[in-house]
Amino acid sequence: MNRYLAIYRLTFRNSLIREMNFKANFLLWMLVEACWFIGQMAFIEVLYGHVTEIAGWTKWQLVCLVGTHQIISQIFQGFFYINLANLPELIRTGRLDILLALPVDAQFAVSTRQVSFDCFINTLVGIGIVVLSLVKLGITPDAWSILLYLFAVALGVAVHYAVMFSLAAVSFWMIRGQALIHGYFNLFHIGRYPDVVFRGVFKFIFTWIMPIILVSNVPAKILARPFETPWAGLATLIAATAIVLGLTRVWWLFALKRYGSASS
Amino acid sequence: MTARLAKYAKVFTIGIQNTFVYRWAFVLRSVVGIVPLIGTLFLWQGVFQSGGGTIAGYTFSAMILYFAMTVLMENLVTPTDDEWQIAGEIRDGRLSFLLLKPMNYLAYRFSLYASYRLLYSAILAPGILVVFFALREYIVLPSNPATWLAFAGSTILAALLQFFIAYTIAMLAFWILEISTIIFITYSFEYFLSGRIFPLDMLPPWLSGVVKWAPFTYELYFPVQIFMERVKGAALLEGLAIQAGWVIIMWCAAVALWRRGVRKYQAVGG
Repeated sequence: MNRYLAIYRLTFRNSLIREMNFKANFLLWMLVEACWFIGQMAFIEVLYGHVTEIAGWTKWQLVCLVGTHQIISQIFQGFFYINLANLPELIRTGRLDILLALPVDAQFAVSTRQVSFDCFINTLVGIGIVVLSLVKLGITPDAWSILLYLFAVALGVAVHYAVMFSLAAVSFWMIRGQALIHGYFNLFHIGRYPDVVFRGVFKFIFTWIMPIILVSNVPAKILARPFETPWAGLATLIAATAIVLGLTRVWWLFALKRYGSASS
Repeated sequence: MTARLAKYAKVFTIGIQNTFVYRWAFVLRSVVGIVPLIGTLFLWQGVFQSGGGTIAGYTFSAMILYFAMTVLMENLVTPTDDEWQIAGEIRDGRLSFLLLKPMNYLAYRFSLYASYRLLYSAILAPGILVVFFALREYIVLPSNPATWLAFAGSTILAALLQFFIAYTIAMLAFWILEISTIIFITYSFEYFLSGRIFPLDMLPPWLSGVVKWAPFTYELYFPVQIFMERVKGAALLEGLAIQAGWVIIMWCAAVALWRRGVRKYQAVGG
């Protein structure tokens, strides 16, 4: 465990040095995320220009949901996104060999090659938006709610990781796995909507098989809708996270057996 | 002339064959690609439950048709990774190989784009039919043949516009090494301003001038409006003229940037 921490500390440091060498790129990536986020906010503004609530969610409750989605996805993207997005290319070129030969767990090696610091700035923007929404709602959360919120956010990051990692691992079977990377964004697109709008079989799929709609809804409700009891949602999220993380591990070990190394 | 066309017809068939190799990637991509549409339908159901009968002149049924048509249009005309490929060819120096051939690069890329779109649409057709069948109670087809004609024309213009925008952005790779950020910023504008997540007439009236003159409007939103017969008569002709205007502007930009870029091209690694 200590060894993994030490390795990760080095990765963190190297990534920071690398990031500082490409400052313009760092700023541009922040701008990219800012454009998308402003678009999200504009969408909410447009929607609530026509209605006062959506499935019982008021404007600032929804802002809290979108802000929470931003926090979770940006933490995930900061730590893991670029590494998982590179997996199809590692497989295609056979460069995965080097990582497999390292004396650490291969899934760890693949998942933690670099850290993107621009995402953490965007996380701060997300936190700012959540705080703003709470001020507008006139809610002051107690320490206990904040703790629960952070815990749910951490589970959310794990779900993002599991879903994207499973998608990326499909590229053991399929060249041009890049298409799967778009799949991540397509899937989590619906993570910013209130879970109550979903019905029937889709609600089941996106709660249990791919727990995408729980991810942001559970934490956002803890803060923005304190009148709802959080326990059922939280319990579901914990169970779903455990299941997808477990399945991801099994899927990875199974996929790895398929790996034939392209160029050696 | 026929010999020149035959050359690009060959590129077109090669493009089809290349794309067909990756058909499973396509299928998977389209299955996952349907998820945002599902989310959108559920969200708007929620919106209409609290918003009452009509929102910005759309009934719930019209809104569903709007999004189904937007997704259909997107699959027909939006380039999937043409800009990434073009930028890659410039950056890695693979362009040199193509420069030596008696081909116009723009026409070459356009043949590839057309073949991708055609095959992509063909592979997706069953899926799209299923979606339209599932939503059949909301689908209203225009009865006026003139509407179909205008819609077809506008769709072709939208395809040209999207291709030229992608091509023009990719040309920046002659000057800037890493253009993914610029591509993603363009995507964000296209995403919100081409009407993909909400119909643009939901925007407050003071923005209608921007909507009317921005190129993004004519990438998806405008043809769908024609199809739904929400734009007619003089406004339709005016819209088509603006759309054609943007196609010509982006075409000129694409050609101009290519001419300047290729002079500066250093064939790194090629």
